[in-house]
Amino acid sequence: MITILKAAFDPWQSIVDYQQQMNRDGEYGACATFVGTMRDFNEGDQVNTMLLEYYPGMTEKYLEKTVVSAKQQWQLLDVLLIHRVGELLPNEPIVLVAAWSAHRKDAFEACRFIMEDLKSKAPFWKKECFVEPDQQAQKNRWLAKNTSGY
Amino acid sequence: MPQADNEHSMSIKVLYFASLREQFGCNEQQLDSAGIHTVADVWRLVSSGHTFKQSVLHSVNQQYAELEAPVKAGDEVAFFPPVTGG
Repeated sequence: MITILKAAFDPWQSIVDYQQQMNRDGEYGACATFVGTMRDFNEGDQVNTMLLEYYPGMTEKYLEKTVVSAKQQWQLLDVLLIHRVGELLPNEPIVLVAAWSAHRKDAFEACRFIMEDLKSKAPFWKKECFVEPDQQAQKNRWLAKNTSGY
Repeated sequence: MPQADNEHSMSIKVLYFASLREQFGCNEQQLDSAGIHTVADVWRLVSSGHTFKQSVLHSVNQQYAELEAPVKAGDEVAFFPPVTGG
């Protein structure tokens, strides 16, 4: 299941809830998860809030394509992908990927693949509201690009 | 309203996101499709007079597309900066 959320969410509770309603008890031997959380610092500055923009329509389609591609490459029982948009505060979860499989290799590798594909190509953009060291004024900046995860 | 439908069928919807949306000062534009054959044609029309600090990505009908990709009336073309989600 793929969900884009405008409100804060609890990734751990989401995993528990989703796993219960999956109805695959006894089939899965592995669940690999990744949770990305907003930091309160970047490039030496204090970050107060972050705005996450997306492309309604294309973003969902791209994430769907990513999950389909993962299911073609690995033996997966199910995938849960949740991504926040809108205004975020430090320590709020941004993204959750959970992949269930019979054995750990498929879950681990698929979870990594989905995250890296999302970070490098899914249409989301972050704008930070930050304060520089020893300064008062709040400034805004769009993040230029994501760092490579490999 | 047949006239409005006809008008719509001759136009291309162009969308901008994130820093490009701010730089262009709008989310969306309708372009007359006359003389437009590719993504590069759309980009030439909308980008003239602007300089860009970062590379620009493009899509047609909500899928990534090369500059040489064909564009026709009724299509949705989008331009945006490198993505930073996750």
